[in-house]
Amino acid sequence: MRVMNIAAAMVLLGSLAACGDGSSSADGGAVTLRMTTWSANEAHVKLFTDIAAAYHGAHPNVTVTFDALPVENYTTAVTTQIAGGNTPDLAWILESAAPDFVSSGALVPLDDAVENPSEIAPTTTALWKQDGKLLAYPFSTSPFGVFVNTDLVPDLPTGDDWTWDAAIGAAKKAAVSSGKQGLVPRDFDYKDWTNLAPIFDAWGAQAWSADGKTCGFDKQPMVDAMTFIHQAIFDDKAIPGPGVAADFFAGDAAMTITQISRASLLEDAPFDWTLVRLPSGPRGTYAVFGQAGIGVLKKGEHVDEAKDFLRFFTNDANSAKLAAYFPPPRTPQLTPETLAESNPLLKPENLKDVVIDGISSGVVKPSHRNSAEIVQAVRSALDPMWKPGADVPAVLTGVCTAIQPLLTK
Amino acid sequence: MITTISRVDAPATTPPPRDRFWTTRRRDELTGWLFIAPQLAGTVVFVLVPLLLVGWYSLHEWNVLADSFTFVGAQNYRALAQDPKIGGVLRASALFSAGLVVVNLSLALLLAVLLNQRLRGTTVFRVLFFSPVVVSLVAWTIVWRFMLQNNGGINDLLAAVGVTGPNWLRSGGTAMAAVIVVQTFKNVGLNMVLFLAALQGVPRELYEAARTDGASAWTVFRRITLPLISPTVLLTSIITVVGSLQVFAQIAVLTEGGPGTSTTVLVYYLYQQAFQFHAFGYGATLSMLLFAIVLALTVLQWRMRRRWVFHES
Repeated sequence: MRVMNIAAAMVLLGSLAACGDGSSSADGGAVTLRMTTWSANEAHVKLFTDIAAAYHGAHPNVTVTFDALPVENYTTAVTTQIAGGNTPDLAWILESAAPDFVSSGALVPLDDAVENPSEIAPTTTALWKQDGKLLAYPFSTSPFGVFVNTDLVPDLPTGDDWTWDAAIGAAKKAAVSSGKQGLVPRDFDYKDWTNLAPIFDAWGAQAWSADGKTCGFDKQPMVDAMTFIHQAIFDDKAIPGPGVAADFFAGDAAMTITQISRASLLEDAPFDWTLVRLPSGPRGTYAVFGQAGIGVLKKGEHVDEAKDFLRFFTNDANSAKLAAYFPPPRTPQLTPETLAESNPLLKPENLKDVVIDGISSGVVKPSHRNSAEIVQAVRSALDPMWKPGADVPAVLTGVCTAIQPLLTK
Repeated sequence: MITTISRVDAPATTPPPRDRFWTTRRRDELTGWLFIAPQLAGTVVFVLVPLLLVGWYSLHEWNVLADSFTFVGAQNYRALAQDPKIGGVLRASALFSAGLVVVNLSLALLLAVLLNQRLRGTTVFRVLFFSPVVVSLVAWTIVWRFMLQNNGGINDLLAAVGVTGPNWLRSGGTAMAAVIVVQTFKNVGLNMVLFLAALQGVPRELYEAARTDGASAWTVFRRITLPLISPTVLLTSIITVVGSLQVFAQIAVLTEGGPGTSTTVLVYYLYQQAFQFHAFGYGATLSMLLFAIVLALTVLQWRMRRRWVFHES
């Protein structure tokens, strides 16, 4: 009998434990929504929780929690949560993972969950649509620009003189005179080559064709662009070499190419700085942006509630608040005046050149179905290029040999 | 005495059925089961069930995002046999394991012999060499990553003595060597302590007898010390080999499998396939391969013990 009692107690405890993690209680429809994000930035989290608190005020039965995961392994963490049966109700999605999420059927259509959809710039939704249906809301469309430490580069070329040759020349000169580094393509670190897209796009180079089926690394524009980058690293020493740590925001470098959403890192910068558009290249002026979308997971427990919260989170008023950190896709908010209100660190002319023109005319960073495997294959195949004297065209041919089967898989 | 009277009286009454069931033997059995239950439950829940599940997953194609779980039989195993990368991955794993076993065990034994002297300060050095064992693995590796940068501490030190250091983590040969050294320094203290304990168990009179016979220090080490600590050599080599095949965090933090695929060892490749490329079925197949390799090496080492472990011969 005693053994039976112990067994019964264990079963009961197990049942209680199983109930403990549920997001619904039995008190008549209380719902807890969970949104995964990759930002634990204090200001971002405060904004999200303020919006969620306002929603809770209008919908007392709904509570929203934000689950910040490290960006380096973000997609891995979310898919592992899904595999483990712990599917978030809403998830941020990186542009690199967009094709996989959009094509897999994991997301529910959001056309009826977005306020004033006609306001959204068409260039911002291309990645997030399938068969005409919007599957994730592109809440952040963040163009790449060049942040310049004007203490180290006092005579920055402007206008038509702001070309890639001039930029590398200025970076080289600043590196020599200051003993610091020249131009840092942020988050590249000789691993995430997609952050070189803001450079190689200047030559009209594409990682793969528009339909995603043909490798573009062995095409002449890419050979020219990568030859230029190789020379800038190993001949001009204008870009830090492999294994050299340099953080522009800590004052280690003269310039960095990154998304404008990083401007918040310069709030207490001990140096003067400015933000300029990407330098022009052989194809003239151009723009590249990174994106983040928010999707509602079909396997989430509260799909309808999640869609309703998404409508609130991304409505005109909240989109304007989010614009402080995440450039919005809504065209009425893409004016220098509106953006300047929420981005006091950036000057209106910066916002016009980099953000507004970038969003309306830019292309998104490379992405593809099965992106993680393809990006990894390119990275491995590109490694032989990151040393002096490398045979750039031969390495790029090797890249295509490595990824062509994956592109058509 | 009272008990005796009670037993004498017992045949006069009908014993309750419960007493017949709970015989002393059964009670002892139950006690035994209860004692091992926590360990058994842990083994079943965290080892046997996952092992069976991984075997089951390896027979499926599992697309998490599309929510599909399709039985594909041996397809993943055929894909493994035809995987053009698996040869390089196994070579990298073998190189890492071999390098780690040789460097780690040699250094551990050397340190143990040096610190087995009755000299002042040996305790300080023992603590010093053991302390990395209790440091967080990821924190340890991140610090080493900074030191191994091209403009990091190691190359700064080399530059101070006029030597231009290599770009440690960016060249295939040095990257693997760097990972081996970082892992060696992390765990050499554990093997050192095991060797120290074994060395202190070698009877002093054997050394005295050998010295009386005029044996050199090397002969004493080879003919007396090594045979008598051979069970510990077996233990440490099994621990180190099995541990080396499970290396992950060091690769993830230091090299992410690069440059190229030169440091992509089996566990890291498994992680890439399952968690980065979302090929959970193929990842499970690679797990089964890893399990088979670890099992085979452990069995091989265990069987070979009779040849080289002193007490087994």
